[in-house]
Amino acid sequence: MCNSKNYSKSQLYLLVALRVVIGWHFLYEGIVKLANPNWSSVGFLLDSQGIFSGFFHSLASNPDVLSVVDTLNIAALTLIGLGLILGSFTRLATIGGIVLLAFYYLSHPPFVGLKYAMPMEGNYLVVSKNLIELMALCVLLVFPTGTILGLDRMNYLIRNKKK
Amino acid sequence: MEKDKNKEPQPGKQSVEKPLKSIKRRDVLKSLATVPVLGVLAYNWWRKKRRENFLNNQISKELGLSYEAPPAPVYAKNGKPVRLGLIGFGIRGPQIARGAGFMHPEEVDKLKQSAKENPNDTRYKNFLEQENLNLVVNGICDVFDVYAERAIQTGANINRVGTDGKPGKKPKRYRTYKELLAADDIDAVIIAAPDHWHGPMTIEAAKHGKHVYCEKPMTWTVPETYEVVKAVKENNIIFQLGHQGRQTESYVKAKEAIEKNILGKITLIEVTTNRNSPNGAWVYPIHPKAGPKTIDWKQFIGQAPWHDFSLERFFRWRCWWDYSTGLSGDLLTHEYDAMNQILGLGIPDSATSSGGIYYYKDGRTVPDVLHTVFEFSKKGLSLVYSATLASNKDRGKIIMGHDASMEIGRILTIKADRESTRYKGKIKDGLIDPDLPLYSYIPGRKNVDAVTSATEQYFADRGLLYTYRGGKRVDTTHLHVSEWINSIRTGKQPSCNIDQGFEEAMTAHMGTIAYKEKRRVFWDRDNQKIV
Repeated sequence: MCNSKNYSKSQLYLLVALRVVIGWHFLYEGIVKLANPNWSSVGFLLDSQGIFSGFFHSLASNPDVLSVVDTLNIAALTLIGLGLILGSFTRLATIGGIVLLAFYYLSHPPFVGLKYAMPMEGNYLVVSKNLIELMALCVLLVFPTGTILGLDRMNYLIRNKKK
Repeated sequence: MEKDKNKEPQPGKQSVEKPLKSIKRRDVLKSLATVPVLGVLAYNWWRKKRRENFLNNQISKELGLSYEAPPAPVYAKNGKPVRLGLIGFGIRGPQIARGAGFMHPEEVDKLKQSAKENPNDTRYKNFLEQENLNLVVNGICDVFDVYAERAIQTGANINRVGTDGKPGKKPKRYRTYKELLAADDIDAVIIAAPDHWHGPMTIEAAKHGKHVYCEKPMTWTVPETYEVVKAVKENNIIFQLGHQGRQTESYVKAKEAIEKNILGKITLIEVTTNRNSPNGAWVYPIHPKAGPKTIDWKQFIGQAPWHDFSLERFFRWRCWWDYSTGLSGDLLTHEYDAMNQILGLGIPDSATSSGGIYYYKDGRTVPDVLHTVFEFSKKGLSLVYSATLASNKDRGKIIMGHDASMEIGRILTIKADRESTRYKGKIKDGLIDPDLPLYSYIPGRKNVDAVTSATEQYFADRGLLYTYRGGKRVDTTHLHVSEWINSIRTGKQPSCNIDQGFEEAMTAHMGTIAYKEKRRVFWDRDNQKIV
């Protein structure tokens, strides 16, 4: 059993690399949206299908709610991205990422019989890249690295020192 | 088993064994190990932005075209209320009345209900937010009692309320349009009667000094076209032809692009109509209360050849040449007027048409498939119109130039031509990719859009239903009516005035004559005649 305290070097580096690339993906998605004044989640939300589509459509229906959703999404993407890359509040960022990806996945589940107007860049059946990224974050949640390589290490040490 | 093995690990073995006294350099390095990644991302992002900015600058310098929405027109608000008369209240009548700010209470109820069931449906909200033009409906006229009654209730609905609201003063119903036009308490009329009535009603209105908003096409026959122009000009009335596409934002942008000669030499324009529903093919429902007792049939016929009472002909008049101008007058005119607005085409030098009744073999006399080719030899370009009422394939509106082509719908897209002379260098240097739009303009892109029926979608795609002003969705008919009202108040000519109307009518007639007579017809520019 791999204990959190004694990852092998390659295990540690690969886990950190995984954390960093996922963080990079989140952060860049956040920055792109932040930099584009015309970006809105409305098209994505209205394109939602499946059992939760009612909920996602309702988010898009009210301009005020929509602007809150847009802002929250951008903020979440950016902060989660920073958290994962820097290894800061890593556990919170990881859980946040899982929740966000779950939203994305559930709004557009690639199930049999559902068709989307938005183009997808691959061919998916039940499993999509969102789901894979979500699972990867789940792996990072149980194999955490923030306090080994990341700002959480400093946090931990400072807290520990005070004790 | 450890109790919580998923908890954050402790930093290194030593920290577990003994409490930490000081933070070591090694720990600082390990804490900051991934920080450089941010730098790498920032550097790459900066490079990407720099590249994009460079490309955009190169292109926008080359094009000189802005992405800004055209400014919203500022109209005179003060002044006395304009007193309206509504003539014809079938399908377009109520739609124009809505644009003027009047909706039947039952329709208001429907929109309210629809907005409740589908939060994306903002039509009710849009209607309430539509600017008040300071109008009053004093008279109405329709030969069908049910429509007349609806027109009365619509005109009385000054507070934009549903059936539970309080109506205002009811407008007077006139039995004939002549009586309405003679009334002293009417300044302006909206004419939405069948095609064969547009000319006579406009002429009569002009003679009484009433301003006219007339549905397209301007006229049903060639001779009356001259008379309409004469009457409008002699009596100095404000005439607006009902091509609400004039108000479409992407058309305004398209015109800007043409003026900047972004497309190079234009040789071909392709415009189309594609519909595929009985409603789209003018097979409208027949009202259950309609009959010889509720319809003034003789007045409906007017100058048309006599035919015994027919419900089909009354409700689906667009299907017969006896009252209609067919695809040419009904839908080609919208496409032509858009191009005339954008390119200032004027009347073509010649027209040829072909087509037939290929799908709706329901006794109609007008074709359901039509192709008309107009030649503008002085301008050195052809305009091809191609229509079918039995396929919904979306073909758009395309202006083809040597350097670039432009596709106009609600969205405007310009793509450079691979063999362009003007963009040759930039294409070679990789600054312009002919596969990607050189320029695209998406009006109101942040807005929530919900359009209901297929016909509405068709119109929306062609900019005939909604447009955006300042990012807000507005009804183009409303903007077109506002412009007309503003012209009445200020004396300024509206965008689709009598001269534009003359060009539209003659162009449509050339297409129709070419189809009916199976020959190429010409425009004699010197004598202003179709030959």
